Amino acid sequence: MELDGKKVIALGERDSVPGEAIAEVARSAGAEVIEVRTECFV
Amino acid sequence: MDPDNQALIKRIVDERGADGIVVMLGAADAEAVEVAAETVRDGDPAWVGPLAGVQLGLPVLHVFEDEVKQQADDGVYEEQIGFFEMTLDVDGVNEAMRRARGET
Repeated sequence: MELDGKKVIALGERDSVPGEAIAEVARSAGAEVIEVRTECFV
Repeated sequence: MDPDNQALIKRIVDERGADGIVVMLGAADAEAVEVAAETVRDGDPAWVGPLAGVQLGLPVLHVFEDEVKQQADDGVYEEQIGFFEMTLDVDGVNEAMRRARGET
């Protein structure tokens, strides 16, 4: 799947990969990040 | 998948449509990854959240998958994900994503 031009919803987790890290990766691939969340399981 | 995230995704698709939207996951637990992928494609398998019975059909990728890594900037990927690749179960996650897509 080509990420360039896609609209990405980044769903991270506090105990694994946070949403903002996913968003940075997606942006670097040319995607538009439309939402960033980091879930917390405590 | 957390009901709040289900509600968020449902709202976005209701407002903008599903065209061009991709969900990208960062969870490290294989079962959670598999359930999340199933939820945004076919609906909440537990039938409790806002996506119960709602088949959005959204494509899902995990940030650990080669498909993502190969398209990302190498420096950004290493800076943002490198540490997690070393400490989390990348193979388990990738296998869960293949299962979720029916590839295994």
